[in-house]
Amino acid sequence: MAAPLSSSKLYGILILCGLVWMGLQTFIVHSFVAVTDKELSSWYTAFTDGIVSSVLLAAACWLINNNLRYYQPGKGSYINILIWCGALAIICTAGCQYILPLLTTGDSYVNFLVASKYIRAFIYFLAIGWMAMISMIWYSQIDQKENERRKSEAEKLARDAELYNLRQQLQPHFLFNSLNSINALIGFKPDEARRMIHQLSDFLRGTLKKDDQQQVALTDELQHLNLYLDIEKVRFGHRLQTEISCDEKSGVAILPSMLLQPIVENAIKFGLYDTTGDVVVSIRAEMDGNYLILMVQNPYDAQTSRPKQGTGFGLRGVQRRLYLLFARNDLMETYANDNIFTTIIKVPQMQV
Amino acid sequence: MKRALIIDDEPLARMVVREYLQDFDQVEVMQECNDGFEGLKAIQQYQPDLIFLDVQMPKINGFEMLELVDNPPAVIFTTAFDEYAIKAFEAHAVDYLLKPFNKDRFNKAVEKYLAQAPGGASPKKTEELLEMSNSPAQHERIVVKTGTKVKIIPVQDVIYLAADDDYVSVYTAEGSYLKNKTMNFFEKMLDQRYFVRVHRSYIIAIQQITRIDPYEKDAHLAILKSGAKIPVSKTGYVKLKQVLGI
Repeated sequence: MAAPLSSSKLYGILILCGLVWMGLQTFIVHSFVAVTDKELSSWYTAFTDGIVSSVLLAAACWLINNNLRYYQPGKGSYINILIWCGALAIICTAGCQYILPLLTTGDSYVNFLVASKYIRAFIYFLAIGWMAMISMIWYSQIDQKENERRKSEAEKLARDAELYNLRQQLQPHFLFNSLNSINALIGFKPDEARRMIHQLSDFLRGTLKKDDQQQVALTDELQHLNLYLDIEKVRFGHRLQTEISCDEKSGVAILPSMLLQPIVENAIKFGLYDTTGDVVVSIRAEMDGNYLILMVQNPYDAQTSRPKQGTGFGLRGVQRRLYLLFARNDLMETYANDNIFTTIIKVPQMQV
Repeated sequence: MKRALIIDDEPLARMVVREYLQDFDQVEVMQECNDGFEGLKAIQQYQPDLIFLDVQMPKINGFEMLELVDNPPAVIFTTAFDEYAIKAFEAHAVDYLLKPFNKDRFNKAVEKYLAQAPGGASPKKTEELLEMSNSPAQHERIVVKTGTKVKIIPVQDVIYLAADDDYVSVYTAEGSYLKNKTMNFFEKMLDQRYFVRVHRSYIIAIQQITRIDPYEKDAHLAILKSGAKIPVSKTGYVKLKQVLGI
């Protein structure tokens, strides 16, 4: 596409067209009036006609242009535009018929004016229609450009987020430590090493396949989560235990994929690195009306970790996602008491 | 015979080290430790020559544990972190092993230790390492020893620090704790947006300041919320004004 006109250039061209139009009309009207009416004032009459009709036409054009700026007609409503153009053409013609006799003299001119009303209305109609078409093309092109820009920006954002997620999800730290555990197992428990390799592969494959936009059933999400938990349990031995409770009703509930994962990761991290004893991470799911309620609990040490640190980066990400998906900021809550840190999220379910 | 400890919170990770060490008759593993606290106890008990130390561990990390040891033994780090202080490792630790490491790499590290340690360990080097390194949690907390117990002080709780002979006293609302470090160490480690060294012997948390009064010539006094009056030197006053934006 050629470089688009700037709007100031377009308006310049339109004003020029208006002036040319005025000149032409003056000339044409004069040629008619001069034949029938030899008066010297015929140029004056023609000029007045030219100005008045051009101004009315310009006003009509401005109106339709402005109208189309804020209202792009849908596919079926082009007829509306035609009706608009027709109405404006009739108004302009009527305006001419009313105003011009007041400003000019001479019967022959008035006769000519009355006789030319149909042809005038038709020419007005064509001119206003032309203006409407130009405006429509112009504004739809601007709209399209704006859409494209927005789309590419959204795509860029999505790409960045994807990259970030990939890095986050692959968790080099988790990965290397898991590989180190496998390295240890290979020596004296080859079967377990093999099992852990499979768990790790399944987990990574699942992670790579997951689409953030996707909505999944809670049971599927928990299945994926279990792979992760199993690996962590091999790494940390008896120190880490998990309790998962999920009834049938909440099992089929839908949630955005990979929403629970960062919360559980956070719980494990805080549980394991903030205390020295055994760590029980519990995950409970229940339905409350139209909400799926997920509660994740882990022990922590009130003395050494601040509430401020409790909402770590992982949890902020969850909150942000919930906000982007549901436009609500009240879907995640965290509590810290009795050395237990609790994260609760509410996932609104679609009305069935 | 060299005495060694393995300090790592993952049992399987300890197992790898133990397995790889079987080929070295001259190194004996005295104990495996689950975390930094156990590590501290074992170091006191066995006075080892060499420790294999993980960085990310419960409560206190490997660096913080080392800070609490008076004469640190030689250290070989075993960690999956490569973002922390690799340069310092290269210059000062005996070696660092990035998990998962293979047998050859491990052998090299131990041989390096054996080659450079004809007599005892090189505690000097470990000290230097600690001064140089950026430990993962340094901006967040200070770990001190009170008697046999380890106290973790979140930096938000620190009111001010004062030089005290070879030690530094860390003052909190609950009381003060001695730490075997220099003022320079703390000045470097604490976040300079929140802590200012206002005097050769004092570092204060700027959030604790209620007033700054003139005092003698060129000097000032900072009055803290706790009521403590801390001398501010001429250069300290300049620094303080910079941080406070006045």
